[in-house]
Amino acid sequence: MLEYRAELLLWALSGSLPFILMGVWGEAAQQVNFGISSIEFARYFLAVYLVRQITVVWVIWDFEREIVDGKLSFRLLQPLDPVWHHIFSHLGERFARLPFIAGLVTLFFLLYPAAFWLPSLNNLGLFAIAGIGAFALQFAVQYTLAMFAFWTEKASSIQEVWFLVHLFLSGAIAPLELFPSEMRSILMWTPFPYIINFPASILTGLKVDFAHDFGMMLIWIAIFLIVNRWLWKKGLRQYSGMGA
Amino acid sequence: MYRYLNLIKIFWKTAIASELEYRLNFVFAALSSLGGLAGSLFSLFLFYRKGYNFQGWRWEEALIVVGIFTFLEGFANTFLASNLSRIVKHIQNGTLDFVLLKPISSQFWLSFHSFSLWGIPDLLFGLGIIFYGGSLLEIGIVAYFLAAIPLIFGMIIMYSLWFMLGATSIWFTKIYNMTEVLKGLLAAGRFPIAAYPATYRFFFTFVVPVAFMTTIPAQILLGRGDPVWLIGGGCLATVLLILSSRVWQFALRFNTSASS
Repeated sequence: MLEYRAELLLWALSGSLPFILMGVWGEAAQQVNFGISSIEFARYFLAVYLVRQITVVWVIWDFEREIVDGKLSFRLLQPLDPVWHHIFSHLGERFARLPFIAGLVTLFFLLYPAAFWLPSLNNLGLFAIAGIGAFALQFAVQYTLAMFAFWTEKASSIQEVWFLVHLFLSGAIAPLELFPSEMRSILMWTPFPYIINFPASILTGLKVDFAHDFGMMLIWIAIFLIVNRWLWKKGLRQYSGMGA
Repeated sequence: MYRYLNLIKIFWKTAIASELEYRLNFVFAALSSLGGLAGSLFSLFLFYRKGYNFQGWRWEEALIVVGIFTFLEGFANTFLASNLSRIVKHIQNGTLDFVLLKPISSQFWLSFHSFSLWGIPDLLFGLGIIFYGGSLLEIGIVAYFLAAIPLIFGMIIMYSLWFMLGATSIWFTKIYNMTEVLKGLLAAGRFPIAAYPATYRFFFTFVVPVAFMTTIPAQILLGRGDPVWLIGGGCLATVLLILSSRVWQFALRFNTSASS
């Protein structure tokens, strides 16, 4: 992974959306009272950036290619479920990305020292747990959508629809506190807020009901895992190993 | 000139024919552009719900900015994205030589060869929102024609930036994520430029000229644009267009035709 340093840096930069929104919300909070101050917005969106970097998943594109090229056949011959190969390639990349993220965060605080904050140890611990959970959830969702590659050549288009929905409902565009309350209470039953809003709120120090949210997260991970295994079994029967 | 127009016709005919092989994709493209639009409107709503208005942009006026943004996204998806990824592929596989050998401008060939239908829902939804916002504000027909001028400048600016990025793939080979960086920055066009703090405004006007793509056409449409910005946009578009062809010529000198 470290061979492609420039690429990693660009990937780290391409998540610029939280910084754009940070500007807009920060400016807005100076004029209208949203219940969240400019500085808190800055911290929240920095946390969103971090969470998004931690939870980046691209397994669907790899999986789709393996199916279309028939490469999956070789993986099936190995005495290990192919998913482990994907999981560890994601984890490995995470560590390679770390220095760039650290650099960007340092740069951010140098440019905007007022926003600097140190989360409490307690919160950092919870954030670590929530972050791992968010990655697991994101991975479970995408790997489940990837299973559709057995039936259609373009499973990644399904992923794109999911991505958009997730982008707007997960708290990536604004903290969930700002959503209309009825909408928020519905959203809390969906997997979306647990991918971004939940870990980002912990890191920022906004109030969260950890036990409830973490429980919901685990339930959603479990649901996607069950669906995933079911689709995997059905899909393998469908798989023709074309091209291999 | 006629020859080039004819070529575009042939290019696009084959591109459409091959895209129609994957009709189901169109459903997904329509779904995701509908989702994107709903999301843009929703994020706008989150601001207006608490009475904030981007320093004096009414809701209908901000809608027009979203409409132009969606339209430009459609433009990028239809005309730019697929061509750009093709440039990268040509360079990686060394097939760029076949393009260079053709008796037409290689920049033309690379810029117009492909055409993707999947951006069309965005184009239509974008226009829909613009006309909807416009009808609420009772904008006259003349204003639309006037606004088309800066919009075309915006499209030229966008094209030039993309093409220059594409040209850098001669050095870097892999630039998929470079386009992601650009796409990420262009997302700033979803909001009127007045919504940003001063440093951001500077950046999005002079470094990555997002302001010229969405805010200025919207202002002209609303009849409160400053002619200075219109002229500025025209100059910028011309300069960038010329620059894109220069950069391409320069980049070609470093083309090593790897693996061909």
